[in-house]
Amino acid sequence: MGDTGALARRSALVEGLRAYRLIAGMWVRSSMTYRTSFVVTVFGNLLVTGLDFVAILLMFSQVDSLGGWSMPEVALLYGLSATAFGIADLVLGSMDVLGARIRDGSFDTLLVRPAPVLAQIGADRFALRRLGRITQGAVVLGYALVSVDVDWSAQKVLLVPVMLVSGAVIFCSLFVAGAAFQILVQDASEVQNAFTYGGNTLLQYPPSVFGKDLVRGVTFMLPLAFVNWVPAAYVLGRPYPIGLPEWAAFASPLVAAVCCASAGLAWRSGLRSYRSTGS
Amino acid sequence: MKPEPVMDPFIELDRVEKVFDVRKKTGFLKRERRQVRAVDSISFTVARGEMVGYIGPNGAGKSTTIKMLTGILTPSGGRLRVAGIDPSRERTRLAHRIGVVFGQRTTLWWDLPLIDSYKLMHRMYRIPDGRYRENLDRLVEHLDLGALLDVPVRQLSLGQRMRGDIAAALLHDPEVLYLDEPTIGLDVISKAKVREFLRELNTERATTVLLTTHDLQDIEQLCSRVMVIDHGRMMYDGPLAGLHEVGESERTLVVDLERELPPIEAGPARVVKVEGPRQWLAFPAAESAAVLVARIAAEYPLVDLSVREPDIEAVIAKMYAEQAERAERAVS
Repeated sequence: MGDTGALARRSALVEGLRAYRLIAGMWVRSSMTYRTSFVVTVFGNLLVTGLDFVAILLMFSQVDSLGGWSMPEVALLYGLSATAFGIADLVLGSMDVLGARIRDGSFDTLLVRPAPVLAQIGADRFALRRLGRITQGAVVLGYALVSVDVDWSAQKVLLVPVMLVSGAVIFCSLFVAGAAFQILVQDASEVQNAFTYGGNTLLQYPPSVFGKDLVRGVTFMLPLAFVNWVPAAYVLGRPYPIGLPEWAAFASPLVAAVCCASAGLAWRSGLRSYRSTGS
Repeated sequence: MKPEPVMDPFIELDRVEKVFDVRKKTGFLKRERRQVRAVDSISFTVARGEMVGYIGPNGAGKSTTIKMLTGILTPSGGRLRVAGIDPSRERTRLAHRIGVVFGQRTTLWWDLPLIDSYKLMHRMYRIPDGRYRENLDRLVEHLDLGALLDVPVRQLSLGQRMRGDIAAALLHDPEVLYLDEPTIGLDVISKAKVREFLRELNTERATTVLLTTHDLQDIEQLCSRVMVIDHGRMMYDGPLAGLHEVGESERTLVVDLERELPPIEAGPARVVKVEGPRQWLAFPAAESAAVLVARIAAEYPLVDLSVREPDIEAVIAKMYAEQAERAERAVS
């Protein structure tokens, strides 16, 4: 049973990715039918996310450091979080429409298709304009990497891509868990946004500007700190506000895996409760 | 070759139940939990190749039944099989063998040409190329979609879109087709086209069809068998003619006279409404309208008339009232 179970899970993953690709492709083609609108939203997106960083630049025109962190250091935090979040937002960013889909009944039409529902709802409203956010994050990250004052060791260099991938997985898990929550409470898309977009904004500032209780919560309860705070503090050689062992800086992939598994369980139980309550 | 057995139960329901927990707000944060039996111990079988109408008032449990049959919802009790598969346990496997059309919501891609939605079905259901081409050609011809394939779905009329949706549900050769209100909101011509196609599908390809509807004509023109559900219970399962007998339903004759006259007196018919020279007469559905019309025409100055078929909701309402009455008598 174990073997066939593993096989079934693997094929569900392959099937899911395939369905995701097919549906995402349809959405891209749909958005291309309004070409002007597409171009305008791409630029709009770049502009809005760009202004986001301008706010931080403005702050640094008045002060030399933020919570003891210099501008390139804050830019590093910002670039890492924005890029990781951008990737998650591109891949699963429309999961907040799930509540609306349940309310108008179109969620049912996904359940009669021979493809995993998570892949179908994940690919829902897939939009390439979200590349704008990744681009902006990557630009800030690039600037930070060249201007930050760090002795680059092999470990530190390796940590950068590890942070991006783990961070994207952690944010993706948050989107999935939020979607599972929306099955129970259908008008909860704003609650989900508070955690995803809110979490992203939080991580763009140094942990030292926040209270210790908040930092503890973001480290141990909702482990967003592993997107950038904890590993970046190691890379920059800065003390983390709450005492953590040094290996914690390398724990991001583990944390991401745990988040991923919990989100998967949450999604499955959410879907099961939908199918037994129909709400 | 061995002949097919007469009764090949393709869909089987044995005392299937669906109970919902409904939370009602009773105060600011207080909530009262109540259980609602949307489907209450329903049993029936549908043979391969049958075409069955499934009717009942809103909230009777029709959609809940369809959702259990398609695996969207898990039954709270009883046994349910479609093509030998337990739908809620093997939803995706079953998906390859069933087609579903939700009358009120399209599964087509709004901004893309109709053909793009079909190409997606082709790949998502892994339909072999040859079979896809063959099915597409046949559906395009029978549903008259040729001129519409390159038109974005948002530009299609409601009738065109419904035909498009039906085709989308049939590309993968499902053995059973569920239709939820397939003619709702359609004009007379579109309705006729859809019905004609469904009849062909059922007779020529022996596809099992289960349809829910509010339109009695859908049932009259398509289904040899009708199932009536109300309050989650099966009220009637049999031919349509029998339904009229059971429900003691009445048809309505609308008569326009030359001038205002006192209520018409004519045998089993009784006047239910008078509005100037127009009168409404109710008469048992089993009676001949022709005889009644002849009698009225002989005695009254007739200008125009029309016959209205019994409203399915009224038939069911009447049936239900009787059932309740009988239950009450049994108790006392």
